[in-house]
Amino acid sequence: MMQQAATSPLLSVDNLVVEYVVGNKTVHAVSGVSFEIARGETLGLVGESGCGKSTLGRAVLQLRRAVSGHVRFDGEDLTAMQGESLRKIRRRVQLIFQDPIASLNPRRRIGDIIAEPLIIAGVKDAREREERVANVLNAVGLDPALVMGRLPHEFSGGQCQRICIARALVLNPDFIICDEPVSALDVSIRAQILNLLEEMKARFGLTLLFIAHDLAVVKAVSDRVAVMYLGRLCEVGPSEQLFARPAHPYTALLIEAIPVPDPDQRPAESVPVGEPPSPIAPPSGCRFRTRCPRADQRCRDEMPELQPVRPGQYAACHHPLTD
Amino acid sequence: MNAQALLSVENAAVDLPTARGNLRAVDSVDLTLAPGKTLGIVGESGCGKTMLSRAILQLLPKKAKLSGRVMFDGQDLTRLSPDALRKLRARSLAVVFQDPMTSLNPVLTIGTQLTETLQEHLELDTATATKRAVELLVAVGIPAPEQRLTQYPHQLSGGMRQRVAIAIALSCEPKLLIADEPTTALDVTIQAQILDLLAREQRRRHMAMIIITHDLGVVAGRTDEVAVMYAGRVVECAPTPVLFKNMHMPYTEALLAAIPKLDTPPHTALPAISGRPPDPTRPMKGCSFAPRCRYADGRCQGEKPRLERAATAAHQYACFHPIKLAAGAGA
Repeated sequence: MMQQAATSPLLSVDNLVVEYVVGNKTVHAVSGVSFEIARGETLGLVGESGCGKSTLGRAVLQLRRAVSGHVRFDGEDLTAMQGESLRKIRRRVQLIFQDPIASLNPRRRIGDIIAEPLIIAGVKDAREREERVANVLNAVGLDPALVMGRLPHEFSGGQCQRICIARALVLNPDFIICDEPVSALDVSIRAQILNLLEEMKARFGLTLLFIAHDLAVVKAVSDRVAVMYLGRLCEVGPSEQLFARPAHPYTALLIEAIPVPDPDQRPAESVPVGEPPSPIAPPSGCRFRTRCPRADQRCRDEMPELQPVRPGQYAACHHPLTD
Repeated sequence: MNAQALLSVENAAVDLPTARGNLRAVDSVDLTLAPGKTLGIVGESGCGKTMLSRAILQLLPKKAKLSGRVMFDGQDLTRLSPDALRKLRARSLAVVFQDPMTSLNPVLTIGTQLTETLQEHLELDTATATKRAVELLVAVGIPAPEQRLTQYPHQLSGGMRQRVAIAIALSCEPKLLIADEPTTALDVTIQAQILDLLAREQRRRHMAMIIITHDLGVVAGRTDEVAVMYAGRVVECAPTPVLFKNMHMPYTEALLAAIPKLDTPPHTALPAISGRPPDPTRPMKGCSFAPRCRYADGRCQGEKPRLERAATAAHQYACFHPIKLAAGAGA
């Protein structure tokens, strides 16, 4: 749909809708999102907190079931699967979370934590398991002899994230969803982990969905970027092009808001564009219209769909920034 | 140090007793700040930036030991009585923390929290205090302020809560505002708004401000001076434009290089800093950055570099192998 690849995409998400019920209210977390990820590609997904980007990541894995829409992974419809067949396919899809320390069981040894997916996948030979654990630990830059017998609290945040990456890699997956994998880490450690993810992607032939709120981080690793706002995609395009020439006013606002580490670029006084509305009662028409300087009556009445603006670049806007 | 300085920290050190031994969180720090100026303190987690701000505010944990002097507005804060400190903190020395949810009282309305400060410290009557509270909320950009006064913190978004925390901090017209990671918990579009708000109020009130952050991007366009901290020490300190263009300390260079930037093409390997900061309970003989530094040699392992003056007196760095020194203003 969005990108005519020579081969079929590894992942295709079609008109996905995810809702939560809170009391007697419904949170419209993901409202009709479609995208594809080609084999070997990294798609970056950016948006502010509460825009539904994490929910979308979980819905792809079927950790949160969709109300409607489809998720197809390598041709198979995950939304239609249950039980054993879903468990089997999940071996090929892994997830890395934001807080590396919280995602490791504090009472288990690193060697056992990383071997667990192998046990679940039915690798019965203990020696084979140990070998595979040692291999992935080496791959992420940790010494298996020093690490396997120790507990998570003995490691720093950056090292714990390396351990989480090793655990995600141990089953030789095809696809990894990284949900804010570096936002809990310090600047000097962040660069190490981003480099490691790039290295692992090349070495193991991975396809990635990289979810983050930091545009510069997303750009550093992504081939294409999708921008999400209040449950909908606003814009999708090749990273370089999207950041150089954003077509959606929200993408432009996000880029402008980034504090640049250069004192010559005095930040322009920010536009007082207010805060995102609640996903419990999203605005009619375009969801960004309440903060958009270009909004008019049409934006109020009619929900914009993703339309091509430039080769490979799509924006959901009635008044895109074109030149 | 400086007769006109509003704040001067002299040879400050903070020691914290821990189960693993003494932890020196802040070590031999000297800083000065003139009235109406903005100082950025930048560093990674555990570098001592927050402990330093607590030392200035005299809000250190009970077990912590502070040595050195903290001169503020002509008084040594380390010698003031708790009562005098309380008065001073309310009127001239204000603080905004990272997480507005923990600094606001969840069971009191916004109005109560704002007017309480005004009535206690400025001795205003209820009507005047309420009027002032509304003015403050307008100043920090909160729509429908009268209605907000009756609301509780949980009814506000994160950005709005931080605006309220700023309104409370500004309520008694402080001479110095310390903002400790004021935007780290907020989204990027809200972050820009809050930083602009702080800058605007700072200029309007001719207030001095310290912004503590891990993000060099936050201090770049919004401070007069920057101090970079590593392992408890200030390792480089300079006027902001000088620091970004002509840094002498390899750590500053490495930190700036490690940030992903929007103008680099995708899939460019980032120049990461290898290793991690040293264990603060194991003091090092030499330069704390030496194990991670590509310029380090035997001298760096054995001897601790002191802060040296660069070409201008305002620029100081602690390194035996300063970079860009030859290129810098003939120094």
